[in-house]
Amino acid sequence: MKLVYFAWVRERVGVAEEVVDLPAEVKTVAGVIDWLKGRGENYAYAFEHGAFIRTALDRKHARQDAAIAGAGEIAFFPPMTGG
Amino acid sequence: MTCPITIRVQAGDFDAAAEQARMTAGRSDIGAVVAFTGLCRSEQGRLAALELEHYPGMAEEEMTRVADEAARRWPLLGLTAIHRFGPIAPGGNIVLVIAASSHRRAAFEAADFLMDYLKTRAPFWKKEHGADGSAGGWVDAREADDAAAARWDTPMPASTRENR
Repeated sequence: MKLVYFAWVRERVGVAEEVVDLPAEVKTVAGVIDWLKGRGENYAYAFEHGAFIRTALDRKHARQDAAIAGAGEIAFFPPMTGG
Repeated sequence: MTCPITIRVQAGDFDAAAEQARMTAGRSDIGAVVAFTGLCRSEQGRLAALELEHYPGMAEEEMTRVADEAARRWPLLGLTAIHRFGPIAPGGNIVLVIAASSHRRAAFEAADFLMDYLKTRAPFWKKEHGADGSAGGWVDAREADDAAAARWDTPMPASTRENR
């Protein structure tokens, strides 16, 4: 699975994107966040307020309870501040 | 009714007048054009620049989804949304929205809707660069922007109701 990070989530994680092998029991976006938080201090810091993080599946906004089955790319980012 | 939609995400500047002229060229059915330009503020001299980060691909796709929704809600004859990324100095352009219709109300409302939705749904993030050379922080999302976008949750805009 390709994971991509933006803005301060990207800065805290330390990379803009990475490809990971997710355990079979991880089935939702929220599950990915919980799994990431266990990967190191940088992830724990980036996702310390995990429910606040916005997510997208294959470049479409998705809720954290969305199933990740079939997706190729999951994005994690703060609330948007463009415009 | 067909509504030509132009969506662009670019590092370079845009020319609002040229974009509007392009939209109305050769048309005699457009009676109203509303154009909104968002610019970079210095925040009373505190900022040297804003850095706009975006999600390539999703930015264009989400802007298109929002524009399609506007075209469904209002009887539009043209819709343009351009958003820049990268460093932008105070006074520089950030975003352009142009909505055209037969009558003003739909053009005003569609432009307003498009900006409210772009601010809360298009994947862009602003980082501040201080005039004192400091690398500033990321701009926080404003609850007021979410509240502004939520205004449009009611199914029918006023102009549509009036036309029925």
